[in-house]
Amino acid sequence: MLTLDIEKHLSPVFSLDAHFTAPAGITILFGASGSGKSTVLRCLAGLTPPDSGRITIDDRVLFDSMSGVDVPVQDRHIGYVFQQLALFPHLSIQDNIAYGLARLPLHEQRSRVATIADAFHIRGLLERKPARTSGGERQRAALARALVTLPSLLLLDEPLSALDHAIQSRIMEDLQRWNASHRIPVLYVTHNHREVFALGERVIVLDGGRVVASGSPHEVLDQPGRPALASLAGFENVFDASVIERRETLGTMTCRLKGSRTELEVPLHPAAVGEPMRVAIRAGDILVANQRPQGVSARNVLTGTMMELRREGATMVAIVDAGRRFIVHLTPEGASSLGLSAGARTWLIIKTYSCRLVV
Amino acid sequence: MDWQALWLSVRLAAMVSTILLVISLPLAHWLTFSRRRWKFLIESLVSLPLVLPPTVLGFYLLLSLGSQSPIGRWWMSVTGHGLAFTFESLVIASVFYSLPFAVQPIAAAFAQVDGTLHEASATLGASTLRTFTRVTIPLSIQGIVAGLVLSFAHTIGEFGVVLMVGGNLPGVTRTISIAIYDHVQALQYDEANATALLLLAFSFVVLLVVYGLRRRPWAAAALS
Repeated sequence: MLTLDIEKHLSPVFSLDAHFTAPAGITILFGASGSGKSTVLRCLAGLTPPDSGRITIDDRVLFDSMSGVDVPVQDRHIGYVFQQLALFPHLSIQDNIAYGLARLPLHEQRSRVATIADAFHIRGLLERKPARTSGGERQRAALARALVTLPSLLLLDEPLSALDHAIQSRIMEDLQRWNASHRIPVLYVTHNHREVFALGERVIVLDGGRVVASGSPHEVLDQPGRPALASLAGFENVFDASVIERRETLGTMTCRLKGSRTELEVPLHPAAVGEPMRVAIRAGDILVANQRPQGVSARNVLTGTMMELRREGATMVAIVDAGRRFIVHLTPEGASSLGLSAGARTWLIIKTYSCRLVV
Repeated sequence: MDWQALWLSVRLAAMVSTILLVISLPLAHWLTFSRRRWKFLIESLVSLPLVLPPTVLGFYLLLSLGSQSPIGRWWMSVTGHGLAFTFESLVIASVFYSLPFAVQPIAAAFAQVDGTLHEASATLGASTLRTFTRVTIPLSIQGIVAGLVLSFAHTIGEFGVVLMVGGNLPGVTRTISIAIYDHVQALQYDEANATALLLLAFSFVVLLVVYGLRRRPWAAAALS
């Protein structure tokens, strides 16, 4: 169990004041850039000293400003996978992984490197220099190098954000399998909401240097009580709106998006008619049709014009003007089978319960 | 060709470069990574021989190595003879004179090593010394070789300081550049020309080595 309670002044306008605990297993540290995530990791690793506070792992005190304890980086025994990975370019993958094992006899080093290389599927590249491996292989090597020393805590600073989805999830599966037998706390920093759902057992949300929410991914990200959290949590569409009709018995109400005549049926909320509110919709929760859909259960069918259609990695991003501009995510196959293109008449289908209310 | 003077210069330069390597590695490390506020003071001192007239440096070295000085008296008590006008005095003087030529390329190479690699090394349990020997030095090898080669060449070519501190004793302190001067004084232009050409070719080769090393073998290691 990691326990952290630290303060750190970083600039006249930004200070970190974070406290949380993280048990064994993967905890996502989630927040926009500049929210203080990386500083938390650096304080934990001992690379940046906090101004005050206390950091412990189980019974071991790593930092305590009251008693003057500040264990140096090299004695903390914390695995750190940097965003740029920081593999040593002049050493082979084998020597990179064995780097932290210098105190062990050579045969012990070799067998440990072999074991971890098997766990992360890089046995075949041990002789290569990092420059001669792929991005995914380097991530695996960096993870192996950090874990081979059996650290008491693993810190991951967005190491996978540059990789494509499939590679990323396979690497995380390997990490989760490794950790199933070692049970150490893993802090995974990201600003990508997709990673939160894919990886996290727990998520801690950092905003402006403070912990603003924590819990399971669904508890935290599906009920975004704060607008800042809503856009962080992957609600690509956030609209100002006002209530125009309440239907208490049906558990729904209708609201109109500000600056348009577009109306949406949304779940009932204790806001009175005429009151302002915000509606948040995930881009992946909106269906697209190339003709007026018939016989669908969804209550919201909007008509509009396709403004833009572009590919972002494995996702097609469409921008549809239906009174307001909606961002919609769909698969490349879906987009091509519908023959969607810019300028085309397009229908959007949104379930009532895909509309979240942010107050 | 004055082979005795040439051999003396090569021995002198080899010894000076070796001593400078030992001094420059920790000094360049300190100059690169220290956060002391008075660091600029040491930087200025190290670079002083770049701008100082060799006669000025030679004059003060002569005073501090002379038989009246504490160092000179100590040397006398240990070895039984004076320090000025000996090969050893040339070594000491040349170490000072060539120091910036060794320290500056090495410090520049250290500064180019990605700082995250140092941090990664520390998180893997390595001490500052181990990080230095396993990461910083191997990744700075071109700068270190450049420093060695430049200080070697600079020592071969020095004149003023050598003349001030060492005088002109054949086989003891008469270096190759002083030999050229002697040839010219004696109107032996052919002799002077042969020796001068050799030094010219040597200096050019040295610079070829230094600039050739600028190509970094791990440049492909754009690790992202």
